[in-house]
Amino acid sequence: MRIWDQHAHLGSVPGDTPEERMAFLVKCMDRVGVERLILSQGYSDDRHPNPPEQFRLENDRVMQAVKAFPGRAYGSVYLTAALPDFSLQELNRCIGDGPMVMIGEIEADARCNVAGMDPIAGWAVANEVVILQHEWLKNGGNEPGESSPFDVVELAQRHPKLQIVCAHTGGNWELGIRAIRATKNVYCGLAGSDPTAGYVEMAVRELGARRVVFGSDVGGRSFASQIAKVEGANIPEADKKLILGGNLRRLLTPMLRKKGYRV
Amino acid sequence: MIVDTNVYLSHWPFRRLEGDEPAGLAAKLRQRNVEQAWAGSFDGVLHRDMAGVNIRVAQACRAYGQGLLVPFGSINPKLPDWQEDVRRCQEVHKMPGIRLHPNYHGYSLDDPVFGELLRLATARRLIVQLAGCMEDERTQHPLMRVAPVDTAPLAEAVKTAPSLRLELLNCASHMSAEESRAVLAAGDVYTEISMVEGVAGVGRLVRDIPLSRLLFGSYYPFFDFESALLKMQESGLDESSQKAICEDNARRLMKRLP
Repeated sequence: MRIWDQHAHLGSVPGDTPEERMAFLVKCMDRVGVERLILSQGYSDDRHPNPPEQFRLENDRVMQAVKAFPGRAYGSVYLTAALPDFSLQELNRCIGDGPMVMIGEIEADARCNVAGMDPIAGWAVANEVVILQHEWLKNGGNEPGESSPFDVVELAQRHPKLQIVCAHTGGNWELGIRAIRATKNVYCGLAGSDPTAGYVEMAVRELGARRVVFGSDVGGRSFASQIAKVEGANIPEADKKLILGGNLRRLLTPMLRKKGYRV
Repeated sequence: MIVDTNVYLSHWPFRRLEGDEPAGLAAKLRQRNVEQAWAGSFDGVLHRDMAGVNIRVAQACRAYGQGLLVPFGSINPKLPDWQEDVRRCQEVHKMPGIRLHPNYHGYSLDDPVFGELLRLATARRLIVQLAGCMEDERTQHPLMRVAPVDTAPLAEAVKTAPSLRLELLNCASHMSAEESRAVLAAGDVYTEISMVEGVAGVGRLVRDIPLSRLLFGSYYPFFDFESALLKMQESGLDESSQKAICEDNARRLMKRLP
């Protein structure tokens, strides 16, 4: 099984430098069979990074880590709809002129249904880049500025050619899966929630295996608990292959080819 | 071989689960090399006929386990005559332990009844399992929001029952390393891995708490069984440490019973 992880961070990973943290991740990837991962957000604990220099610093940390392990990780650019002009510059710096291949996990400061997301989504469509969007549907309410799957759907409907992954599918996945079901350009990300049995079975039943994408949300989560959602699911092996890596490779293929990276 | 100290029989109230029938649960555990599984009941969380819950757990373990499933009775010390449930668990059902759900049964760990329960269980040489939570608070049914157990008073409570053998279930997600260390230092206290998170979480945990106090727990069928299994694989621990967690520590704890 070729496991590609769409959703990884350097936060909560031991190490003093991006390279050391990435080396630790690679050790753990080898233990559980993860071939490659997409890295984003660096390792600041600040959930509202501002001024923009903090985003640049985190993106630089990601590029440093990826550069040290070129066969094991790709970078994904961290930005915010609250700073659309800066975000476009950062897209050009990190993807257009740089080595990164994806956008997100977008998480900070603004919900993804705001107008500030439109130029970012437009850039993503024009350049065939996938977006990974943080969202939750928390019992008791989300944090201010935190997106929900409904916000993702709103954005995806405004940009029908956009390919966007709900990072957590609501966390409350029985609701999240239903929220995105009818919007075919929204994908179900599996990362960052407890390995509750039944999640992947419902996602495959309601969305089809091609719309379900594995991610772990390491370092705060383990690879183990998140892979288990797929490994433990009562679904065909062919579907597991799609979810654990096939779908991500398909979504990334245009950008990987442009960059000359091995798929 | 694995001794899984945290499985549940019967039905989770809010969702059907693969493995929530005893035959399926036993088959899955055997397939994954589990030799012994300590089984409580989801019914013990909300049902009030606790004597009936415990009869069913004992019957299911006998009927489907063939030695695999070891019944742990549910006790709610806020029910009238709960002491009789404890007696039946030990004398009638021959259970080696009991399982508690304080946050669903409405008592805190500094409630005198909790201390009384610990001392009674200790006198009867029962292992006590304390479930810290059943589900991420953020994903609970909106009409059934239950905060995790506040474990701050636990260390003091443990000290009041000197021969107590206590295992913490589903506690890793909401107890700090410092709090865990304090509770484990207070007595013969163990914890299990089902809710340990973070990359290589189990391997990093053994730097914070003694290896001898760590047990394998899957929280199956609520969690995918493979989660605990893969956590061991991701831990980077050597073979003997893995064996201690997966098997030896639990067997030693169980053997100390009469």
